[in-house]
Amino acid sequence: MPPTDSSNTLRYYFRFRLSHRLLHGLLMGSFLGLAATGMPLRFPQNAWAVSFTHAVGGFRAILFFHLTFAVLLTLCFFLHLGQILHAAIIKKEAGIFWGPTSLVPQPKDLRDMLQHFRWFLGLGAKPRFDRFTYWEKFDYWAVFWGMAIIGTSGYMMWFSSFFGRFVPGWIFNITLLIHADEALLAVWFIFAIHFFNGHLRPGNFPMDRVIFTGRLSERELEEKHPEEYKRRIAAGSLAEIAADPPPDWLDTLGKIVGSAALAIGFLLLVLTLLAFVAN
Amino acid sequence: MLLNWRQFLRDSAPCREVLSALPRRRWLTAAHSPLSHPRRTALTFPGSPWLYLVAGMLLLGSGRLSAQDCLGCHSIEGLNSERPALTIAPEDFENSIHAALGCSICHTDVVEFPHGTVEQPSCAACHSEQVSEYESSVHGRAKANGDGDVPNCQGCHGPIHALQSVSNANSPVYHLNLPATCGKCHGNAELARKHGIPITNAYQLYMDSIHGRAVARSGLLVAANCSSCHGSHEIRPRNDLDSKVNRKNIAATCGACHAGILASYFPSVHGRAMQAGNLKAPVCADCHTAHQITRVDSESWQLELIQECGTCHEESIRTYRDTLHGQVTALGFTRVARCADCHGSHEILATADPQSSVSPANRVRTCQQCHPQATASFAQFSPHADPKNRERNPGLYYTARFMNALMVVVFGFFGLHTILWLVRSLLARSRPGKPPEEEVWIQPPKEDR
Repeated sequence: MPPTDSSNTLRYYFRFRLSHRLLHGLLMGSFLGLAATGMPLRFPQNAWAVSFTHAVGGFRAILFFHLTFAVLLTLCFFLHLGQILHAAIIKKEAGIFWGPTSLVPQPKDLRDMLQHFRWFLGLGAKPRFDRFTYWEKFDYWAVFWGMAIIGTSGYMMWFSSFFGRFVPGWIFNITLLIHADEALLAVWFIFAIHFFNGHLRPGNFPMDRVIFTGRLSERELEEKHPEEYKRRIAAGSLAEIAADPPPDWLDTLGKIVGSAALAIGFLLLVLTLLAFVAN
Repeated sequence: MLLNWRQFLRDSAPCREVLSALPRRRWLTAAHSPLSHPRRTALTFPGSPWLYLVAGMLLLGSGRLSAQDCLGCHSIEGLNSERPALTIAPEDFENSIHAALGCSICHTDVVEFPHGTVEQPSCAACHSEQVSEYESSVHGRAKANGDGDVPNCQGCHGPIHALQSVSNANSPVYHLNLPATCGKCHGNAELARKHGIPITNAYQLYMDSIHGRAVARSGLLVAANCSSCHGSHEIRPRNDLDSKVNRKNIAATCGACHAGILASYFPSVHGRAMQAGNLKAPVCADCHTAHQITRVDSESWQLELIQECGTCHEESIRTYRDTLHGQVTALGFTRVARCADCHGSHEILATADPQSSVSPANRVRTCQQCHPQATASFAQFSPHADPKNRERNPGLYYTARFMNALMVVVFGFFGLHTILWLVRSLLARSRPGKPPEEEVWIQPPKEDR
């Protein structure tokens, strides 16, 4: 698409710092791994599940990989907690817990959502989003909730003999059900809803590489996060997030990694949906 | 008596000349064991024909024919081109189990030389019990109905004039040879179809089975062959109540060798049901199959067995599949608990039975086989929990309801959200004029990077 900006010098701003991008990469990789090694067990009656498990090297192997990805995701979870604590205690960024730049839902998010629905139906203008939109916050908290639920239930089953000393055995019936259903919820949500919201919707299609490059053009920042742009202009803090243009190699890497993730995700989505309907 | 007659013949002077002119052969009598004589493979007939005539007259005069006398003619190649079986290789007969009996024991109607039409002798004259068993068998009845394909005595035992004892390794019905003998027909799919035999490749299946391999590869006389299970002369179709492979008789048939298994099967919940006449109760062949019996450590068989239990225990297999045990086995791995690991195999008892491996008293010990640290608390795990059963699994029931509701709410809301968004964006794009702000894909010019 030809450039729509009249000026030849486009300014770029950081949306995600390197540490966030790396953490998202770890999250993405371990989530894809967990989904790929977990779903065969969720739908074991299907030929693809049997073939994949054997291809990986059998039940012991697939379990090993599943547990390895689980440890990586747990690491990701705690690294993120560390990041939050670091921002809150060392950098004293009070804004991460409440306010326009926080991921904690704000009253504005509810208003934005309702306004967005009005726009869907042609009843009003598009809402003006701040740093994080309401669906991005939902994604974030869904993953947070999901990691806590799936992680806890998973570790309880991994160390069932240990936990069996404290909890009655029928809890393990429940942990498996929660683990499996919550995982299916997460897989479908990420590979259908998150993929659409983040990448596939007209406007972002085929993918939004901001999570890989970390950079937005000034125009994008203004269009996608007008409130944040406006606030930074007013406060004169736009320079704080000034960035160089995304390097070519990084953009290409983003395309490759993003396409691979989308492809794996869609394959898993289709396979699990078909298996779910067939059962 | 024969001996005396021969003695007489030998001692009488006029005969001596004739006898010395006859080819030197073994006397096929009880007094002259075939083994004590050197084997002659080719017969020659020296002397002039009248010599034979004299000999024949002398023999007739004695009133009794010996095998040697008969073979004088019946060993001639091409004796009757239409009935080649009339030519008998002397050594075959000499080595046969019946050699000592001579010919006229069976061919009682041959009393003169040369003879006219000879009746086919009946084996029943001596083997009346076996023949009457045969006549009531599936083979015998088919034969009586004019079925030309079914075997008669010779069909299995081999040519009558070369008949060997069942303990002789050359006999077609010798333990190690019998499968191939039965397989001549029961490995022929065309024959099986023609006669409506449900298993068209019993021989091939058997030869790949643990029994077949033990017989054919290991040469084990103690491994079951066809007749071990089906009987020999008395073979009956499996729906015949007297058949050794009828459902109600299978346990006893297998138990003839597997006595220890039979002893644990009979008191089991299945064994008792079977003895009470419950035709649905599993018998050996339901789990182990008939002709394809494999080693019990075969993984594919162990996994198939779960399905087999599930043919009756439908509810149990459905709930089993909801657990990790059931999922891993469904993927094709046996590392986790299968039905028999908890319930036992031949000795399965009802859960209510205190002796049962899954009775409340024994459950922890059963779990500990795989989970050594299992406690009574751990053993409260339900390997067959049904999320739809509120009475038995209230926690699971409500959790499942909650998860379902969560799914419906999340995908209901975001499904709608996504569809509305997509439609609105596409509509906005298709509208002529300035595209809405959000739909602009901003791609900086290459040179600006």
